Amino acid sequence: MTLYRLTLHEAHELLRRREVSSLELTESVLEKIEDSDQQIKAYVTLTPEVALEHARQADEKISAGDIAPLTGIPMAVKDNICTKGVLTTCGSRILENFVPPYDATVVERLRHEGAVLVGKANMDEFAMGSSTEHSAFFPTHNPWDMSRVPGGSSGGAAAAVLANETIFALGSDTGGSVRQPAGLCGVVGLKPTYGRVSRYGLIAFASSLDQIGPLTKDVTDCALVMNAIGFHDPLDSTSADEPRPDYASYLREDLGGMVVGVPSEYFAAGLDPGVEETVRGAIEKLAELGAQVREISMPHERYVVATYFLTSWAEASANLARYDGLKYGLFATDAHSIHEAQSKARGRGFGREVKRRIMLGTYALSSGYYDAYYLKAQKVRTLIKGDFDRAFAEGVDVVVGPTSPIVAFGIGEMIDDPLEMYLADLYTIPANLAGLPCISIPCGFSDELPVGLQIMGRPFAEGSLLRVAYAFEQNTDFHLQRPAISL
Amino acid sequence: MKISRAEVEHIADLARLKLSEIEIDQLQDELSQILEYVEQLNELNTTDVLPTSHVVVKGDVLCEDKTRPSFPREDILANAPRAQEGFFRVYAIFDKGGQ
Repeated sequence: MTLYRLTLHEAHELLRRREVSSLELTESVLEKIEDSDQQIKAYVTLTPEVALEHARQADEKISAGDIAPLTGIPMAVKDNICTKGVLTTCGSRILENFVPPYDATVVERLRHEGAVLVGKANMDEFAMGSSTEHSAFFPTHNPWDMSRVPGGSSGGAAAAVLANETIFALGSDTGGSVRQPAGLCGVVGLKPTYGRVSRYGLIAFASSLDQIGPLTKDVTDCALVMNAIGFHDPLDSTSADEPRPDYASYLREDLGGMVVGVPSEYFAAGLDPGVEETVRGAIEKLAELGAQVREISMPHERYVVATYFLTSWAEASANLARYDGLKYGLFATDAHSIHEAQSKARGRGFGREVKRRIMLGTYALSSGYYDAYYLKAQKVRTLIKGDFDRAFAEGVDVVVGPTSPIVAFGIGEMIDDPLEMYLADLYTIPANLAGLPCISIPCGFSDELPVGLQIMGRPFAEGSLLRVAYAFEQNTDFHLQRPAISL
Repeated sequence: MKISRAEVEHIADLARLKLSEIEIDQLQDELSQILEYVEQLNELNTTDVLPTSHVVVKGDVLCEDKTRPSFPREDILANAPRAQEGFFRVYAIFDKGGQ
């Protein structure tokens, strides 16, 4: 068995039985990266020396009988999550040389458990994009078809998991940035409930929406990573002080008693027929497994993209005001005043997509427009959340639909039509606006490219999502199919 | 709604973004197109709807009024483009006449 092809839980079993060392597993993953990342370009920064050192430390822990599920397991971390002493660029020229003086709380916790950092994953600049083409450095390629995007913004993380260039990855999700690339690559991606996972050390994009979440090879792995990162963190004032269940205890193979809601609005114009057919087939499978499938209505679905624009861009323009080129980041040496220095550094350091969003956000928050734009969006957000509250009150346990209306598209195909690319996020956005947990799992193929099934639930009901996802996965084999470059 | 070139320049100044002439042209079109798209929210009557402030977490979180160690100064200055004698070196905020 080639070690890099193992899932997290398989690797853990071998480590626990001492049949394999973390050093062997880590070396295998590093060799795989050496082999295929020239083509895929999933990583912005590789940390082989750090990884080997972490692996040796993990092996010492294991020898001392101290082993947790993630001890000795290689991981990729999206490049907007701070890693102490390791370059964290956020996919941007403005942070090209930024070396954080601290670890994000999630990284600290994973390191404490003995996980091994192999590198920092490529992403759309400041997590703004759905294709990883907006990375300031280079685009990442989809291992299923190298001429296509892996999705985004956590495209490097998803491609690395699919290509077996890591055992698992951490991404971040503001409007679908974990789930959409998971869907387009055919791996598992979870956006936890808002507040479930600490954001201390996550470079902020839109503070009322951002969450860190795992990208994994299967649903069991997702549960194990969530067990490690779902905790209350006093350093993040939006972190929820909720008890964390053992997510692995939800992994059961039947869906008896579960009510699955299918919004008719998710199957409207714009949905690719091949994606629709695949997702409809997956929903039939859920019914076969014992779920009661019910058609429901989300009347405000058509307003989610506009609401998301105004919310996320306004918040981004405020969050990104901190990049002034003085305390860290790109600096303008040819200025004569502080105003000019800031404007030049920001004008040069931010890419086109980030500038566009800062401009729109600044406009929407500028004097005289706040009520018409940001406040209006927050009111519509209440209505969108209300659609979910109603469904849950009527007994629906989970809401399902396609993760993306389309399969992976060609690199360069949509880059000149930003509005069209934004509109493709229409299914992933609602979970962020309503703060709900949501998972994307592989549910089949259309035109030989993966299709994702998205499952949303009540706040803090990650367990329900994992149960549905696991039952589906154990009765299908889509999660086992891999492109040639992954093998 | 078409926004004017002067408005784009004003917003860029507020956002501290030095833009090229080409960027200003592009943004004038793109911002106009996107602002037109979001106009659809006005189809909804939201007079009696409360805005969402927190989706899940409720109430304010207060931290204990206790000191705790801060980052070592040299760690923070390590990322500074220009540092001098333990400080960030920045451009003057006031011109000489104002000092």
